[in-house]
Amino acid sequence: MDSAIKNDSPAVLARGLCKSFQHPTLGTTLAVDHIDLCVPRGICFGLLGSNGAGKTTTLRMLLGLMPPTSGTLELLGLPMPAAECQVRAKLGIVPQADNLDPDLSVEQNLRVYASFFGVARHGLDTRIDQLLRFAHLTDRRAHRVESLSGGMKRRLTLARALINAPELLVLDEPTTGLDPQARHILWSRLEELKAQGTTLLLTTHYMDEAERLCDELVVMDHGRVLDQGSPQALIARHVEPWVIEIRFAAHLETHFAPLSALGKLERHGSSLFLYTHERKLALPQIERLAAVQPTPPVLLQRPAGLEDVFLRLTGRDLREDA
Amino acid sequence: MPSMLHLSLPISLLGAWAVFARNFLVWRRLFWPALVMNFGEPALYLLGLGLGLGHFIGEMDGVSYLAFLASGIIASSAMNTASFEGMYSVYTRMGPQKTYDAMLATPLRVQDIVLGEMLWCAAKAVFSAGGIFIVALALGLLTSPSALWVLPAAMLIGLAFAGPAMMMSALARNYDFFNYYVVLVLTPMLLVSGVFYPIDSLPAGLRPWVDLLPLPHAVELTRGIVLEAALTRPWVNILVLSLYALFGFYSAAWLIRRRLLE
Repeated sequence: MDSAIKNDSPAVLARGLCKSFQHPTLGTTLAVDHIDLCVPRGICFGLLGSNGAGKTTTLRMLLGLMPPTSGTLELLGLPMPAAECQVRAKLGIVPQADNLDPDLSVEQNLRVYASFFGVARHGLDTRIDQLLRFAHLTDRRAHRVESLSGGMKRRLTLARALINAPELLVLDEPTTGLDPQARHILWSRLEELKAQGTTLLLTTHYMDEAERLCDELVVMDHGRVLDQGSPQALIARHVEPWVIEIRFAAHLETHFAPLSALGKLERHGSSLFLYTHERKLALPQIERLAAVQPTPPVLLQRPAGLEDVFLRLTGRDLREDA
Repeated sequence: MPSMLHLSLPISLLGAWAVFARNFLVWRRLFWPALVMNFGEPALYLLGLGLGLGHFIGEMDGVSYLAFLASGIIASSAMNTASFEGMYSVYTRMGPQKTYDAMLATPLRVQDIVLGEMLWCAAKAVFSAGGIFIVALALGLLTSPSALWVLPAAMLIGLAFAGPAMMMSALARNYDFFNYYVVLVLTPMLLVSGVFYPIDSLPAGLRPWVDLLPLPHAVELTRGIVLEAALTRPWVNILVLSLYALFGFYSAAWLIRRRLLE
């Protein structure tokens, strides 16, 4: 069966994908530099990187909204950008910037978007009811888009992206600019979709988001993929399992230098970080060193996370340029 | 580099229709202000200039000045309506509202959107021409049902002016940019195209150049139809307007693609 073979193909397959821009003064800049990606179906896959790492450019190429300079690209088993219309018929896209139609009501936004996909009118009412319930917007169906909060708008954008029952849902920074409560509601919606078998591809610069949602992710910087794996695998591969932060002690690096024997001692921002396997050994020693200071610095310990991986891989703090 | 003119652009008529239908849905809500704009303004011009100036002028080209003016204003009103829709409204959807970005995340392509928008501009041109048609009918200027042909003519005129206006939208960085097109192109064209006085009265050296513009052909067509005068060269008029429509379609599609997708 032809369709069965196609369903085995990965959601995204990119080989040597490049995008360069001609800049009048800077010359040619490589925004995306020979990226290889393979996104299996049915998982949540993350592109992690700070602003300017090449995430959005990569996404635009995947969606056929920007021609690659070189490399090959397949989405859902179809070549891009050659089969862009066929591919986009099976995609749902949640863009970073709100582009809901302000001239239309909540319900009309879904109805009109369905017409762009050529979704049959038969059954559309039921589908719209389902999506409004899914997005917790049933009581807002006749409201104008401007009257919605940021979180509601994002949920409507998500519902709109699902109008064609997509095989692959692509989300660009889905929770940027949302308050914590709105983020949690959106995350629960995405987890529900994942449980239903929709493949999710998202870009984010939020570590908690990536750790919570992504089965697998790539870390990007300067247009390159630095590594790929599950959050746990990346943590195990790149950092020691425990992090002890000595807060506001960056100027005391020489004082704490003896800790290097127990792991990696690094300075990021205003704090010192000890990455170690030997948490039990390290803690008393740090406390001793801290106690002799006129104002002993605050100590924080936690298991290592994706943020530490990111620091290690890129050599800089994500928050510095976020 | 993509070639400038891909004459074999694949087009989805269903997609273009969906874009058209979206605009119609929005417009229904704004029906009354649209009616005042598209119907009221040209009607005032017609009555003010036609009756006011007509009192002094009497006849022009063998008909009352009011009839002469009405038959020309149908064309210029179609031009203005399509041009302003193709500039201000299209620019709003393409730029600030990001409506096209949302459309391009669906199977719609730039050329489907451009075709849908051009058809919509043409529909609005028919709507405003229809307004003047009704005013002219009420004033007893129309006598034969064949005058209804002016509505499909207005559609063609709308298509001819929608493309160039959308090209302006694709090039614009803000709304003020459109002042150049209005003041340097549309208004001078309005003044030399035979709407207010016959083209014969232009200097002979100017006439061949004026003949390359779309509006004189639009006026020739609507005037011939409305006044039931002999249409001197309807096929030339239709050909010129069609060429402008085709040129506008391909150029606007190319420019908008370059703006949104490169």
